[in-house]
Amino acid sequence: MRRKGVNYSKFGYIFTFPFVLAFLIFSLYPILYTAFIGFTNMQGLIPKPIHILDNPFQNFKDLLFDNASFRKSLINTGLLWIINFIPQIVLALLLTAWFTNARLNIKGKGLFKVLLYMPNIITASTIAVLFSTLFAYPMGPVNSLFDMMGWSHAPINFLQDKSTARGIVGFIQFWMWYGNTMIILIAGVMGINPALFESAAIDGANGFQTFFRITLPSLRTILLFTLITSMVGGLTMFDIPQLFLAGGPDDSTLTTSMFIYGQAFKGSYLYNRAAAASMIMFIISGVLSGFLFYLMRDRDEAKLKKAQKSYRKAAKAAVREV
Amino acid sequence: MGKIQKSSSVNQKISKTIIYIICIFLAVLSILPFWIMFVNATRSTPEIQSGLSLLPSSHLMSNLQVLLDKSFDPLQGFLNSLIISTFATLCTVYFSSLAAYGLVTYNWKLRKPFFTFIICVMMIPSQASAIGFYQFMYKLHWTNSFLPLILPAIAAPAVVFFMRQYLLATLSLEIVEASRVDGSGEFKTFNRIILPLMMPAVATQAIFAFVANWNNLFMPLILLTQKEKYTMPIMVSLLRGDIYKTEFGSIYMGLALTSLPLFIVYFLLSRYIIAGVALGGVKE
Repeated sequence: MRRKGVNYSKFGYIFTFPFVLAFLIFSLYPILYTAFIGFTNMQGLIPKPIHILDNPFQNFKDLLFDNASFRKSLINTGLLWIINFIPQIVLALLLTAWFTNARLNIKGKGLFKVLLYMPNIITASTIAVLFSTLFAYPMGPVNSLFDMMGWSHAPINFLQDKSTARGIVGFIQFWMWYGNTMIILIAGVMGINPALFESAAIDGANGFQTFFRITLPSLRTILLFTLITSMVGGLTMFDIPQLFLAGGPDDSTLTTSMFIYGQAFKGSYLYNRAAAASMIMFIISGVLSGFLFYLMRDRDEAKLKKAQKSYRKAAKAAVREV
Repeated sequence: MGKIQKSSSVNQKISKTIIYIICIFLAVLSILPFWIMFVNATRSTPEIQSGLSLLPSSHLMSNLQVLLDKSFDPLQGFLNSLIISTFATLCTVYFSSLAAYGLVTYNWKLRKPFFTFIICVMMIPSQASAIGFYQFMYKLHWTNSFLPLILPAIAAPAVVFFMRQYLLATLSLEIVEASRVDGSGEFKTFNRIILPLMMPAVATQAIFAFVANWNNLFMPLILLTQKEKYTMPIMVSLLRGDIYKTEFGSIYMGLALTSLPLFIVYFLLSRYIIAGVALGGVKE
């Protein structure tokens, strides 16, 4: 196709150059710089010469072994992610199964999708402040509702109790994201070859069997995608817990991002400690996504490799015997 | 046989009713908090404290008055957010389309490694580099400037990935060849012919980039310290502060004002947004 004498390949480099340049300046350099700061004594508002600590890993060691607040923030982040992700994926799968079931033929799917996705588009900060106002004590809309329904006799101070505070933060995350997950899963089901469902129906599979034997396995890649994006999102959870309760009560909703923000920008200027915490977060996110890719890799491919390996072993053994 | 069919259809009717009830409950759950927000924006603080109501009252203007009296400037926040989100969105969609076009059209040595690299960096959370980024911007005297919130948008790996998938599915290289024969330069071909062809994908990604920038709290909170530079989400965070402690009516008013533009955009574009979410998930 290409005429001789004109080589267009240089345009590949030219067209991707702005991306690469912006990435190097605004992402790669800051990450390396953050890693470097993690090894130094950079603290305080006024810039002064910094140097690498005698034990370069001192900040990391302090964080992991001597900092109860940081450990708590890691545990909280994991906990908040789990209590939001498990109900989220279960409900999204359930709704997907209902909405894609031709026999049920649910009406108004379009409207339901629009309404269930809605909380996702609204600014998280607005939602956080809204919920903290809705759960106000002693008189807020939720307390009024509980009173009206006769569910409670005295106003409940939701925001002072550790488990309800965590539960509400988890619920907000769940409420904001299950619609998004549902739409992605429905799109995934639409992409499955309809012939698979037809042959399952001919073979007499019921709804459950079709869902667990055909729908779920075909969604593996999309579930992986959802899991990883949700995980990285969960790891960086900031807006909701920060504006909902600012980490309280008693640090029970303090997340890792909030810890980083708090160390560096809320009056203490402990940039080195915050940088070390960012690096730990970065490593965790890398390890988790690598692990998930490994877990969810195509099993058939893995089987094939295993088979090849045993074949090679057998061949070697055969050679030796001869 | 007939009996079995009848009982199964009765079963189906029952399960269908349950499904509708659950779906309607979830829809109400999506609407109710925002409904209360808009209704309470029109009610006075004593009214709000006396109980829940789903019908608006008549204190809209007085709530607005109280809100604006306390140095809350939603118009300034709206303008700042609009400037940042618009330019960041333009950077994201233009340069991502350009990079994706470069990836799909040209045969260059580093094409494959570059694509692998994009997949790897797609997952890096921006919080991981925040400290270094802040120190870097501080040295450049770029804190309290909009540039560090706009320029990084040029490198949006996830958008490049999406655009590449779109181009692979839709672009025929014959168009590129034909325009070369006609003597069009490579940049001109991209700007005049390819970019208009990519408009459906560009529009979808533009909506999401805009909303993501509009809703971003972390970076602006770190970088912007001057009041007149605050974006909408930072303004919202002011409502949590002490100055509004007992003025519930005006808190709801502020929340309603900051989210109103998003509701309007959402209901105008919901069809495209839902389609975009679905497309974004179907990644191979």
